[in-house]
Amino acid sequence: MNPRINDFIVRFANVNGTGSASANYLFAKTVFRMGVPVTPKNIFPSNIQGLPTWYEVRVSERGYLGRREGIDLMVSVNPQSMAKDVLNVKAGGYFIYDSTKKLNPDYLREDIHYLGIPMMEMANGAFEDPRKRQLLKNIIYVGALARLLAMDEAVVRTLIEEQFHGKKSLVEANYKALDLGMDYVEKHYSYPLDFRLEKRDLLKGKILVDGNTACGLGAVYGGATVMAWYPITPSTSVAEAFEGFCKQYRKGEGGENNYAIVQAEDELAAMGMVIGANWNGARGFTATSGPGVSLMSEFLGLAYFAEVPAVLIDVQRAGPSTGMPTRTQQSDLLAAAFASHGDTKHVLLFPATPKECFEMTAESFDLAEQLQTPVILLTDLDLGMNDHVSDPFYWDVKRKYKRGKVLTAEELEGIGKFGRYLDSDGDGIPYRTYPGTHPTKGSFFTRGTSKDEYAAYTEDGAAYKRNMDRLTRKWDTAKGMVPAAEVNLSSQSGAVGMLYFGTSTFSSEEAKDLLEGDGVAVDSIRIKAFPFGKEVVDFVESHEKLFVIEQNRDAQMRKMLIMELDCPPKKLVPVLNYDGMPITADSIRQQIIQSLDPKKTSNHELSKTAV
Amino acid sequence: MSYLKPLFSHPKLPKNKLGYTLKEYEGSLSTLCAGCGHDSISAAIARACFELSIEPHLVAKISGIGCSSKTPTYFLGNSHGFNSVHGRMPSVATGANMANRDLVYFGVSGDGDSASIGMGQFVHVIRRNLNMVYVVMNNGCYGLTKGQDSATADQGSKNKSGSINPFQAIDLASMAIELGASFVAQSFSGDKQQLIPLLKAAIKHPGFAFLNVISPCVTFNNNPGSTKSYDYVREHIEATSARDLVPGKEEINVSYDAGKSTHVELHDGSEIQLNKLALDWDPEDRNSAVNALQKARAKEEILTGLLYVNTDWKDLHRTLNTTKTPLNQLKENTLCPGVKTLGQINEGFR
Ligand SMILES: Cc1ncc(C[n+]2csc(CCOP(=O)(O)OP(=O)(O)O)c2C)c(N)n1
Ligand code: SF4
Ligand SMILES: [Mg+2]
Repeated sequence: MNPRINDFIVRFANVNGTGSASANYLFAKTVFRMGVPVTPKNIFPSNIQGLPTWYEVRVSERGYLGRREGIDLMVSVNPQSMAKDVLNVKAGGYFIYDSTKKLNPDYLREDIHYLGIPMMEMANGAFEDPRKRQLLKNIIYVGALARLLAMDEAVVRTLIEEQFHGKKSLVEANYKALDLGMDYVEKHYSYPLDFRLEKRDLLKGKILVDGNTACGLGAVYGGATVMAWYPITPSTSVAEAFEGFCKQYRKGEGGENNYAIVQAEDELAAMGMVIGANWNGARGFTATSGPGVSLMSEFLGLAYFAEVPAVLIDVQRAGPSTGMPTRTQQSDLLAAAFASHGDTKHVLLFPATPKECFEMTAESFDLAEQLQTPVILLTDLDLGMNDHVSDPFYWDVKRKYKRGKVLTAEELEGIGKFGRYLDSDGDGIPYRTYPGTHPTKGSFFTRGTSKDEYAAYTEDGAAYKRNMDRLTRKWDTAKGMVPAAEVNLSSQSGAVGMLYFGTSTFSSEEAKDLLEGDGVAVDSIRIKAFPFGKEVVDFVESHEKLFVIEQNRDAQMRKMLIMELDCPPKKLVPVLNYDGMPITADSIRQQIIQSLDPKKTSNHELSKTAV
Repeated sequence: MSYLKPLFSHPKLPKNKLGYTLKEYEGSLSTLCAGCGHDSISAAIARACFELSIEPHLVAKISGIGCSSKTPTYFLGNSHGFNSVHGRMPSVATGANMANRDLVYFGVSGDGDSASIGMGQFVHVIRRNLNMVYVVMNNGCYGLTKGQDSATADQGSKNKSGSINPFQAIDLASMAIELGASFVAQSFSGDKQQLIPLLKAAIKHPGFAFLNVISPCVTFNNNPGSTKSYDYVREHIEATSARDLVPGKEEINVSYDAGKSTHVELHDGSEIQLNKLALDWDPEDRNSAVNALQKARAKEEILTGLLYVNTDWKDLHRTLNTTKTPLNQLKENTLCPGVKTLGQINEGFR
């Protein structure tokens, strides 16, 4: 049988808090450096130490970056989860375990291969320091994988050197552990396995990075100076990344900070600070997850109605309530789009890659200031906390911040009476002033109560309605300003379409290829923002049947399409996944086939369809 | 409705250093009930800013929700104001202050706004020592929602409907001292003599300045049996300190009883002139300040004046080491690390 090259899945089963993360990352990064598309995913508990945690790495020569089912190789170093881990290996797959202790016979399966490696024993024999033994045990299995999967040894060694910045003793200890793993495989097993790696050049220019880091960097490039936040998984690392980059790139000559980061007392306060900063002419933002969005709702309504810019990065996780705090979902769409009471709606952006996290975060500041309203970036745990192969971050040399309609002292001199909420340009967007601009002109009162065009409090129903209608005009203006959806009309027939966004993108695109193999051609559209632009309206109108792919129970994107576009609900078919794991191409394919022709998909075999 | 007051100024009105009369420090016509204590405090704020010759447009007024929180419309008409949401003024003020450290920040709140819904933010803005003036117009009730007891209503006090408050009162001034507020004063809306100098000192204070001002609600809480009524407060008030603020570089034109006074120097060379009544009380000693408040409370007295001040603690900007240039004035060239750096960053992720 020909070996399967660059097309398999490895899962690592570890104990949380035992330093496995850097060993597992070493594996994934080696694949990346070998020029082969790779998708690592952390599957971790809401716990600091002790509970099971997994790291799943998909290697795909064809560049499919979504998750798929079917584990080819399990590296099991957690006795706690071993019973389950054994069952999760695909028939014909491999199970690597620490053979320092004899394997429980209950874990024996006829249809998989067992590769015992005495990791603990070797680590104990080679290293004195008990803490080091624990860490280096992990490198031993990387060594074993290096042989079994034909990893490029030189790449692994370079990465180790980079990680320890050439610190000799640490590098040598890691090399030693690596050698132990490699030697053991050489002596005891035939290698490499029937699936393995081979060097390629498929990732020219690409980077490997997580979405939260990209958001933090995007905020630095986008000119954010005030950040307020309250810790919550999976958004915390946005704040950490922002702070890290600020320390590097936002220091004045005397070491002073050209930024202010406040860890707030809660999410209400975080959003209040963001609004205060933006009101005062600074670009401020916050990052949170579902529970935080709930708390921020009242303030978001204020910012919408009082027309104060604000940027919120919502790294979604599985709800409701505390839900599954360390699992992914796209389930805050409705909560974010309509956060707050009354007739309120907000601009949403849906990044799908780290590159887009970077760009859209930067752009959200432009949009928020141009539209004078909150902009919510909806990313999720999968995108935010996992490394993704991505196009590199891009910034146009000529790019200037778009600060929106803000009047200077000179401009105020030139106009008659300043009307904060006058629609002078007919686009629904009024002019604003920053506090302190002019001694006698341009001051106004910002409030969440109804007001007239001159910002004076009023309970006159006609004035209130005029203001609400202007906000609708502004919403219409926004449709032409937000990033347009990506449309692909390749099916020729134009009958069936797929609609997806954010992290459902990779698996949707893979599913599209699978469907093509099944003889089903579909058009596709990737939504990048709410409100929906004209291209979305056209796509929905021109297709007879549309599969709306998303990761929540209630088909929230589908509901928003129905509400905003007033289209017949029947033609929008939900394709869903909400178990907390990223949606797979196979699941999408199956749901679509089922809907198109229910007879066809009675019992199909996973491993065959999963490319 | 708020009405704009006619801008008529008498030629003989006194002018301050900037050439402004008091008129330039007024706002729209108040829509509060006639006789509401809050209006007196608004007038005192206007007066304090006038006397200190503060540029009105370099003041930002931020409030929560309530009758008290409406007042920023009624003073300093040339300042930007922000009437935010109930109980959350401190966070908005924090963000605004981070954006521009050069303005004077006036936070106006009520006892409902600060001691109930906004208690968390009140506590944390103190903890951060945000450079602002925080005024609570304290009437012991929720004026705007028609007179329900607030958390500062004294135990046993009677509200308009005749019911007796069974719960202990939250004492905001003691709490502020306890929490480490760097300036804590207490006063009465009807006592301009004391209130104006306290406000001036609070403005000059380089950190968080808290003023708890008893401010009777004539409509819902000015009845016999209420401990926040005009009559009750007048009978139970005990002044401790703070005669006047003496701006630096200026002639001192008020005379003091030397034996009983002490000075507190502020960052810009101004001094607060204090009059020590209680011998065992020192305005720079937290313990004695708390003691004095407790003792007064036991005697059912309201201790007013400057209770505590500390000018050494760092305000939030100093703690965060933010640049002297207001953050809202930084431009792309300072904020955006640029294309070349981005190339290096990309390289780091390969
Ligand atoms: C979230 C929220 N809950 C309730 C209210 C209703 N409300 C408006 S003002 C107020 C109380 C104000 O009391 P206080 O702060 O003491 O101000 P006062 O009117 O007494 O000056 C309440 C409960 C509100 N505006 N927002
Ligand atoms: S109800 Fe009370 S607090 Fe409100 S305006 Fe009237 S007197 Fe003042
Ligand atoms: Mg009150």
